[in-house]
Amino acid sequence: MTATTNNMRDWLLSDTPTSRRHARVASTYQAWLAFRSNTLAMFGLSILIFLLLVAAAAPLLAPHSPFTQDLANRLAPLGTDGHVLGTDSLGRDILSRLIFGSRITLYIVTLVALIAPLAGLLMGTVAGYAGGWIDLVLMRITDIFLAFPRLVLALAFVAALGAGIENAVLAISLTAWPPYARIARAETLTIRNTDFISAVRLQGAGPLRIITRHIWPLCISSLIVRVTLDMAGIILAAAGLGFLGLGAQPPSPEWGAMISEGRRFILDHWWVATMPGLAIFTVSLAFNLLGDGLRDVLDPKDEK
Amino acid sequence: MSASDTQGGSRRGPAFPKWLRQVLLTLGSIAITMLGLLFVTFIIGRVMPLDPVLAIVGERASKETYEAVYQQLGLDKPLIVQFGYYLWDVLHGNFGESLLNARPVAEDIRRVFPATLELATLGTLIGIVLGVPLGVVAAVRRGSWIDQIARVVALVGYSMPIFWLGLVGLLIFYGILGWVGGPGRVGIFYVDVVPRVTGMILIDSALDGNWAVFKDALSHIVLPASLLGYYSLAYISRMTRSFMLEQLSAEYITTARVKGMSERAVIWNHAFRNIAVQLITVIALSYANLLEGSVLTEIIFSWPGIGSYITTALLSADMNAVLGGTVVVGLVFVLLNVFSDLLYRFFDPRAQ
Repeated sequence: MTATTNNMRDWLLSDTPTSRRHARVASTYQAWLAFRSNTLAMFGLSILIFLLLVAAAAPLLAPHSPFTQDLANRLAPLGTDGHVLGTDSLGRDILSRLIFGSRITLYIVTLVALIAPLAGLLMGTVAGYAGGWIDLVLMRITDIFLAFPRLVLALAFVAALGAGIENAVLAISLTAWPPYARIARAETLTIRNTDFISAVRLQGAGPLRIITRHIWPLCISSLIVRVTLDMAGIILAAAGLGFLGLGAQPPSPEWGAMISEGRRFILDHWWVATMPGLAIFTVSLAFNLLGDGLRDVLDPKDEK
Repeated sequence: MSASDTQGGSRRGPAFPKWLRQVLLTLGSIAITMLGLLFVTFIIGRVMPLDPVLAIVGERASKETYEAVYQQLGLDKPLIVQFGYYLWDVLHGNFGESLLNARPVAEDIRRVFPATLELATLGTLIGIVLGVPLGVVAAVRRGSWIDQIARVVALVGYSMPIFWLGLVGLLIFYGILGWVGGPGRVGIFYVDVVPRVTGMILIDSALDGNWAVFKDALSHIVLPASLLGYYSLAYISRMTRSFMLEQLSAEYITTARVKGMSERAVIWNHAFRNIAVQLITVIALSYANLLEGSVLTEIIFSWPGIGSYITTALLSADMNAVLGGTVVVGLVFVLLNVFSDLLYRFFDPRAQ
């Protein structure tokens, strides 16, 4: 057993990979080792894994339904029997609402984290690879969006589209893609003139194939770092929209909306608004820690 | 202004055309960005599911009235012509009338904007005064406990929902300790006591010599301003630290140390002077972010600024007011961005 583990380890840490797959697995493993030594980043990762588990097992974990009202038992304080985190103004169990709310948070973050970088990747690589006036026009559009105040623009979008989770996701994505386009374009510009791209082109590959098969994979790692660092911002923006009543609609247990509901009672029943805020803080802190760690591993040149 | 510009230009001699070209390019890019912003707000205003005509004439208006208003608003014209009308109006400072109170939106914005400006300015000042020294010390004593504190302060600042921190702040400092004034700009007895000059109540009350109002206003602004200041501090201290680290590892710093220069002189006269321009750019950006970040803060503290204005309008579907507010915030944002970019380009020889 130990012998095989050691063999496995040597194979993974080898400086002279024997195949392409070997090289890929080995470099991933070594990056993981570097990442694992970063305590704070590991802490962030474990919080997020915990969040994923909670969201997945929400119906099993939650002691009550997040929607059942119990007006006789409203605004019960922390530590009440059966309601560890108390109840809100309609007597709903706050812990259960937090647990189910994690699903909404993950849903929003995942959607934005898919839409915005993909849109940016598309814009950036096309602009960078095509060059000329296409580059000029696309980058001008990017600059225009980059110069906008993000939250205010998202507010205006939601105002026009109507409140709701999907529209909030759309509004946040619309304001979040420009930095990704910038990064992808910068990467494309350096990759475009390398010898291996020339070689691929000589073999007869068209622009579409070069962009999707050869440029995109190389842009991914810097985009991932950026996305992870942006996740905290996305969560805060989504919570902000929810707080303003423009995101998830009641009675949905979205954390930002929960703070907004608890706001009226903040002076007398502080836990109603405080608990969801702690949840938001914990998750966005976890994303920030993870992002810092990933940046150190994947992007060593940025290390300060 | 223009006289000194020409002088500066002629002293530069042959560099003048290049300088002029820079200015023209910058003006052009501001114009294009603003055009883009206006186009986006125009489109947002047009895809609204609400019928702007119905909003004006009401449900029971006759067909003729409806048609008349429809044409008066120019809705029968092609989209590009409508955009032209919109541009024309905005360039003349006309954002239409608020559907809520039938007053011109521009007038409303002029009334509420100073409150936001006052809050964001004070917040930025707090951010600079605390953030810059913290960043410098964190860089100089890299890895020490103070560096760790600076790191935690920034990390928490990046992760905390501002509206929640505001609520908790109100709970602790107003609700429990009673150290500061509650929501609003002044207590109820001091509303509209001092004549309005600048619209910024601290300045107005000081001009009026009414120190009771000044003190009360100060007790109300200190919490929201500190809150914004904290976010500004998180950003400024982080950037200061990374700029300083870059300078401190440069060879000229080693040279200065080898010459026997005192550490204080090395840090402040050499390293810090070299990051000054970068730092001003960062501060300008942070200021722009605070103007926007104040949206949520204003709601928590019932602060009658542009953030409250936009959100109130939003919830009552007053689209003219929302778009007018968005355009004004966008304009300020764009101008601050351009300003910081220009500063960097003109004063930092490395960027040329």
